Amino acid sequence: MRLGVLFSGGKDSTLALHYSAEKEEVVCLITIIPENKESFMFHTPNIEVSSLQAEALGLPQVKRATIGEKEKELSDLEDAIADAARMFQIEGVVTGAVESVYQAERVQRICNRLGLWCFNPLWKHDQKALLEELLEKRFNVIVSGVFAYPLDEKWLGKQIDTKLIGRLVDLQQKYGLSPAGEGGEIETTVLDAPLFKKKIEVLDYNVEFKGNSGVFMIKQARMVSK
Amino acid sequence: MILIVDMNWKKDSLGYYEFVSPILTIAKTQDECIVKHFLDLTSQDMNRCKSVILSGTALKDTATLSQPEKFTWLKETKKPVLGICAGMETIGAVYGMRLFRCLEIGMTSISTVKENPFYRKDFKAYSLHSYCIEPSADFTVYAKSAKCVQIIKHKTNPIYGVLFHPEVRNAELIRRFIQLES
Repeated sequence: MRLGVLFSGGKDSTLALHYSAEKEEVVCLITIIPENKESFMFHTPNIEVSSLQAEALGLPQVKRATIGEKEKELSDLEDAIADAARMFQIEGVVTGAVESVYQAERVQRICNRLGLWCFNPLWKHDQKALLEELLEKRFNVIVSGVFAYPLDEKWLGKQIDTKLIGRLVDLQQKYGLSPAGEGGEIETTVLDAPLFKKKIEVLDYNVEFKGNSGVFMIKQARMVSK
Repeated sequence: MILIVDMNWKKDSLGYYEFVSPILTIAKTQDECIVKHFLDLTSQDMNRCKSVILSGTALKDTATLSQPEKFTWLKETKKPVLGICAGMETIGAVYGMRLFRCLEIGMTSISTVKENPFYRKDFKAYSLHSYCIEPSADFTVYAKSAKCVQIIKHKTNPIYGVLFHPEVRNAELIRRFIQLES
């Protein structure tokens, strides 16, 4: 089955891509670039890096900008998926949804209208196990956004490793934070994964932190041999 | 032991993670489990297990509905069976019920219409289906949404069908089914 993966360049969409490529034929990535940082569906710092990631993966990318208003961004997503269906003859769409009924049902409705299959291979997976799986599969993932107390600027740019997972699980117990950031507490950027033909090297970045949230903005990056 | 039947269109499919794994995660807190694809089921599997759960599938997946002959065992077994979504529709197909196009996606309000072991009051659950059933006289209706029948049980055998996906926001239904029938 020819599939398009909704791809933000974060850990969930990259892991969903990994699962999908093991079972079916992934023919393109679909990326929505929100101009509104408070987007309901797509909040990802470094979304621009996704084009470099697509190149590193050797997959074509269907991109669409959205002003990020609640309903408009859904129609923009529908247009992007329709473009992918037309350009790459996809038969189905894959998302990295884990717990969010809000995201999952909206993509399901779009796929249903367009006559496409919809898959959510990370659906309901244990969040700590998901993080550990990234390590087992040798993903190189950095924290590129923190959006909840007590996460602070010290987390930004950190690589996800055993120690960091342990600290996230502690925070879950103390503060009810979702360890994989499913509640939008954390955003991530994947620099390397098994399907990457080349890895991403960050050359320049900027850390912005204000109040209880901050981002690790990649200003310049390049692909290097693995 | 609980037998979880993978109802996806093919064995080892991409649908496994979404429609079988979450049921397995809940069921294995209650008892030992095995998973078999519906095309690979043997009478030995049926003999070994205490109860059976039929998984749901992707919205576009109607593979089991076009092969009801693979499920004739549903009419013969005395073991407890819980059919989820496509699983309930397949129970309907085997028992000669009419299937209708009926689309529900997302959190759905459900009314309890008869006393049952799962819910006393109205509740919400995650729906993902494009068909519903018209229950035959052999089945009792326990719950309904505004659009269609949501929970049924065979009048004499422990065969249950739920159209919504309890593994998403109503794990208690799966646990209750396992406790009830063990």
